[in-house]
Amino acid sequence: MSKEVLYGLYNDEEDLLHAVHAAHDAHLDIMDVYTPFPVHGLDDAMGLDESRLHIGGFIFGALGLLTAFLGMTWIFTADWPVIYGGKPYWSVPAFIPITFELTVLFAGIGMTVTFYIICGMGPGVINKTLDDRITDDKFCIAFDTHDFEETGLDKIKEFFSSTGASEVNIKTL
Amino acid sequence: MSGAPISPIRQPLVTGSKTYHQITEDLCGPTEKAPSKAWVIAFLISVAFLSLGIACILWTIWKGIGSWNLNRTIGWGWDITNFVWWIGIGHAGTLISAILLLFRQKWRTGVNRAAEAMTIFAVLCAALFPGIHVGRMWVVYFFFPYPNTRGPLWPNFNSPLLWDLFAISTYFTISLLFWYTGLVPDFATVRDRAKGFRRKLYNLLSFGWTGSAKHWQRWESLSLVLAGIATPLVLSVHTIVSFDFATSVIPGWHTTIFPPYFVAGAIFSGFAMVQTLMLITRKVLNLQDYITLEHIESMNKVILLTGTIVGVAYLTELFIAWYSGYVYEQFAFFNRAFGPYWWAYFGMMSCNLLIPQVFWWKKYRRSIVITFAMSIFVNIGMWFERFVIIATTLARDYLPSSWSWYVPTFVEVGIFLGTLGIFFTLYLIFTRVAPVVAIAEIKHILKSSGDQYASGHAEKHRTGQSLVVEDHHH
Repeated sequence: MSKEVLYGLYNDEEDLLHAVHAAHDAHLDIMDVYTPFPVHGLDDAMGLDESRLHIGGFIFGALGLLTAFLGMTWIFTADWPVIYGGKPYWSVPAFIPITFELTVLFAGIGMTVTFYIICGMGPGVINKTLDDRITDDKFCIAFDTHDFEETGLDKIKEFFSSTGASEVNIKTL
Repeated sequence: MSGAPISPIRQPLVTGSKTYHQITEDLCGPTEKAPSKAWVIAFLISVAFLSLGIACILWTIWKGIGSWNLNRTIGWGWDITNFVWWIGIGHAGTLISAILLLFRQKWRTGVNRAAEAMTIFAVLCAALFPGIHVGRMWVVYFFFPYPNTRGPLWPNFNSPLLWDLFAISTYFTISLLFWYTGLVPDFATVRDRAKGFRRKLYNLLSFGWTGSAKHWQRWESLSLVLAGIATPLVLSVHTIVSFDFATSVIPGWHTTIFPPYFVAGAIFSGFAMVQTLMLITRKVLNLQDYITLEHIESMNKVILLTGTIVGVAYLTELFIAWYSGYVYEQFAFFNRAFGPYWWAYFGMMSCNLLIPQVFWWKKYRRSIVITFAMSIFVNIGMWFERFVIIATTLARDYLPSSWSWYVPTFVEVGIFLGTLGIFFTLYLIFTRVAPVVAIAEIKHILKSSGDQYASGHAEKHRTGQSLVVEDHHH
């Protein structure tokens, strides 16, 4: 499923932010924006929702907490109760360190794996990029040409030249 | 971080009036050139030490733990001393990347990447020691609680040694994920400049990173949460290491100040190792514009603070030993200072408490030579501290008839040198493969911390409406 992308490159994140705002005002539907580093304010300008990744982190953490605590509880009270140092079988304070560690471990691994999956990334994955300089010093706004079949691409080209894009190209992804 | 006003009292963190492209060039450069002669020599030496270490470890496994000089009285010697020393060194990376991220300390960006790498390598070296000191290394997986055919018999979840296993494996995993996720966009930068085989290699390493706005948003969210959970984690790790001692009944070990005292000591030694490595790295790779005197001074302040906390802990221990009125406790501390291992105690006191006090003077905090010498002193001092706590304390136990003396064998020394070899080999490979300073993060702070944007120069450079960098004199 290839799509033809018309994209413009900007030299500065300030120009990029102005352009994204301008595109929003002109009701131009941006496909995506690519930058060499996180530009603050960009998600608001593009109207992106807040990431829900941290909710996933919480759920994974809760899972780790329950796994550790219930696991130790089951082992030490039901599966193989042993008295250590005269303490009760269910010695809750002694379970705290491992419960904490597994909470962190599950949250960290779960969130990171989720991140790579929802971003379509991972070992061996190769995603085509529009321009090699996007990871260097260029800031890119991309439009899917399919969205502009009726109105024509001139509108976008005009948009790029009026917002100060240094280059405009078409590429098939 | 455009829009953030620059305080006129802040020193720039990126010097040399860098553009985004220059940053890419400067930081990707070292991975693209052939290695220098100095690198090759350093690498060969490191690999030689590594080989010695592997030989000594194999000998230990073949011959048994009797190839070490541990005895009935002194059951822990260089093995656990080295373990605690390495794990302490492995604390600076996560502290720099996590705690300083939460505190919005921008100077972390110059050193976080290398410090995190150092952390991971140090934890690897540390984890080796518990593995081999059990003697029968081939059944070391018995530590892990898994359903087994021996009952199932489970490990003792009430034991600090098991907590330690969980703490260290969690710490290693989280540090690795944090470090690698930070590296992915930078690997993409290297990828997009590479051709041929290197392009293939970095295609693999960069996981298909595109720089999409949504990905950056999630990446920042992930970094922040990982920093948030890594902060209590890093504090928990050395706390739990200190429990290995503090929950025992050995005079000199069972003290309640151990957790904060160990954590401060870990940060102290970790920062010292960061200084040792960064001073060499910035010189060899020409990164003086990214790792500035400002960074070095900031780290020296942390060393001064944590060193002084450690010093206060030493003195508190002494006071409490006397104040407790408990003869065994009093003897333990008298023995540390005036017993057979007195030199280790005075080495520890002078290297950790006295010498770092020079950092009260700004002149010395900003001196490369003094900083480098100090970092070595602290590394040595913190090794002595662990030796004092472990071997000195054990050498004189309750019964004079079982008092003993301990000198390591060649095998024990060889394993320690071997871990230094592992550490430096991995670090040297890291400097060839990955950008040692986080490229994206430096670009991100450029407009708030670059010297050309500093107060007074700002108007000339950029007049973007959201960039507020004019003077803030009142």
